[in-house]
Amino acid sequence: MTPTNAQIKDWMEKQPLAFRDTPAVRARKIGLWALFIGLFAWCLYDFNFSPERIWVGLQRLGTVISFMFPPYLWETWPEWLEVFTALGETVAMAFLGTVLGLIIAFPVSFLGAKNINRIFWLRHSARRGYDIIRAFETLILALIFIRAFGLGPLAGILAIAVSEIGTFGKLFSEALENTSKRPVEGVVASGGSRFQSILYGIMPQVLPVHLSIILYNFESNVRSSTILGIVGAGGIGFMLSDRIAGLFWDQVWTIILLIIAMVYIVDYLSGLIRTRVIGKWEGAH
Amino acid sequence: MTAAADVTPLRPIDQFEVDYAFHKRRAKLGWLIASVLFFAFFAFSAWLGDFFKVTQVTNVDGSREWRWIIPAGLPRLGEFIEKTLPDLHWDSLGSDLAEWFWRWKVWLNLLIETVLIAFMATALGVFGGFVMSFPASRNLAPNKWVLWFSRRYLEIARTVPELVWALIFVFCFSVGPMAGVLAIGLHTAGALGKLYSEVNENIDMRPLEGVKAAGGTWFDQIRYGAVPQVLPNIISYTLLRFEINVRASSIIGYVGAGGLGQEFREALSLQEYTDLSALFLIIFVTVMVIDYGSEKLRHRIIGLERGPAT
Repeated sequence: MTPTNAQIKDWMEKQPLAFRDTPAVRARKIGLWALFIGLFAWCLYDFNFSPERIWVGLQRLGTVISFMFPPYLWETWPEWLEVFTALGETVAMAFLGTVLGLIIAFPVSFLGAKNINRIFWLRHSARRGYDIIRAFETLILALIFIRAFGLGPLAGILAIAVSEIGTFGKLFSEALENTSKRPVEGVVASGGSRFQSILYGIMPQVLPVHLSIILYNFESNVRSSTILGIVGAGGIGFMLSDRIAGLFWDQVWTIILLIIAMVYIVDYLSGLIRTRVIGKWEGAH
Repeated sequence: MTAAADVTPLRPIDQFEVDYAFHKRRAKLGWLIASVLFFAFFAFSAWLGDFFKVTQVTNVDGSREWRWIIPAGLPRLGEFIEKTLPDLHWDSLGSDLAEWFWRWKVWLNLLIETVLIAFMATALGVFGGFVMSFPASRNLAPNKWVLWFSRRYLEIARTVPELVWALIFVFCFSVGPMAGVLAIGLHTAGALGKLYSEVNENIDMRPLEGVKAAGGTWFDQIRYGAVPQVLPNIISYTLLRFEINVRASSIIGYVGAGGLGQEFREALSLQEYTDLSALFLIIFVTVMVIDYGSEKLRHRIIGLERGPAT
C-alpha cells in the first residue's frame, strides 16, 4: 500500500495546508529568522569578528592551551600551602556567606509567605525587597565591600551574604507557601496556637526543602566566590587573576584544574549530606 | 526478638518507651556531633575569612587606634554609600538628573552593547550546548567515549566562571566585546548543554526506534525522533539563560571584555562616585525589563504549547 510519488503529489495539491504551514505562520517564521540572522550579522560586524582576528586569537589560544600539559606542579611546600590556603579561603567565603545570609534570611522569609503573613502591603514590600537585593550583582557588592573592608575574603563573605538574603528570602517564602494546609489545621483543631501551628504544622514540611535550597546555594556560591577573587576579594580567584596578569599560563591551568576539583568535592560532599539527611526524613513519612 | 523472648516480655508500651529513649539518645548524639563539626568549621572559616583581623583607624582628633575590622569598616561602608548617592533637589530636578547621567550617550551605547553581547553569547551558547547535548546524554550517545569526552567538555566549560574565560579570551582575542561574547558563550554552552542533556535523557525513545526502523541514521533519529520532543523545554531554558547572560555581560567589562562593566571600573578608579549609582540604576532597570519581558514570552510559549496547535 505504499503510495506512489504521483499519488503523494496529488494529495499535496488537494490539501496543501496538511503538508505546510499557513502563509501567516510561514511569514512569521521567516520574519523571526530574518530578524535573528540580521541581528546576529550586525553583531558580528559591530564586534569586529574578522576572520583574521579569529585566526590570530585561535593561534594564541592554542599556545595558551598547550601550557596545560604537562600540568605545572609547585616545588616547595610553602607554595603548595599558599595554594591550599587560597582554595580554603574560597570555600570559607562561600560557607560563611551562605550561613550569614541564612541567619538573616530565615526569619525574614516568613514575612514573604502568603500563608503566614496575611498583611498584604507588608508581604509585598518584603517580596520587592528580596527582588531588589537579588538585583545587586554579587560582584558589584564585592566591589563596594572592598572599599569599606579592604582587599581580602571578608569583602567577599559580606557580598555573598547580602545577595543570599534576597535569594534565600525568595526561595524560602516560596517553600513556605507550597506547604499543605492539613497539618496546620490539625494542630489548630487540637488546640494549638498560631505559633505552634507554624512550628509543628509548617516547619516539618519545609525543613527538607530549605536544606536542599541551602546546599544548592552553597554549591553555587563556591563557584561565585571564585569570581569574587578576581576583583580582589581574596581566595583562589585572586591568585588566578594574579597569575593570568603575569602570564604564567602553566600555573593558571593547574589552578583551574584545582578549582574544578574543589567544585567536584564540594558538590560530592553536599550530595552526601543531602541524601543522608533528606533521605532519612523521607523514610520517616 | 529471640533475646527478648527469654526474659520477661515487656508490655508494648514499655517496649515503645525503651525504643523511643534509644532513638532519642541517638538523635541527640547525631545533633551534637553535627553541631560541633559545624561550629568548628564555622570558626575555622571565620578565621580564614579575616573576621578576627584588627586594623588601624584614624580617630577624629587624628590619633590612630586598633580596632576589629568589622566595626572599623562599617562606618566606611556608610560613607561610601552616601558618596554614591546623587545630589538631587526638587526645584532643580532636571539639571540635577542631567548631571547625574552626564555620560548618558556613552552609557546608552554600552548598554546596547551589553544586551547584544548577551544575545550573541546566548545564541552561540545555545548552538554549542544543543549540539553537545546529544552526545552527552546517556541514551543518545553513539558510544561510551563520545559520551565521556562531551560530558567532561561541558563540565569544564561550566565550572570555570565566565569571568575567568573572559580573562583568558581578552589575552587571546584582545580587549573588546568579542572576548566577552566568546567567554559568556562558552560558559553558556556548558551550562545549557547539561540542562539540555538532562531533558534528552527523559524523552520517549519510541519515536527514535521508529525512525531507526524506517532506516534512519543516528542524525535522522536525533533530528526526527528527539528534537521535536525537547524543543519546548529548550526554548524555556534558553530564555532563562538570556536573563542570566544579561547580568553576566553587564559585569564582564570589568576585565575588559566589553559592555557596561568597564565604566564601573573607570568610575571606581576615577572616584566618580555618583556614576556608580547611575550605572547601577541603569543595569537594575535593564535587568528588570528583560526579566519581565522574557517571563511574559515564556508564559506565552508555554501557553501556545498547551493550547490548540496553530
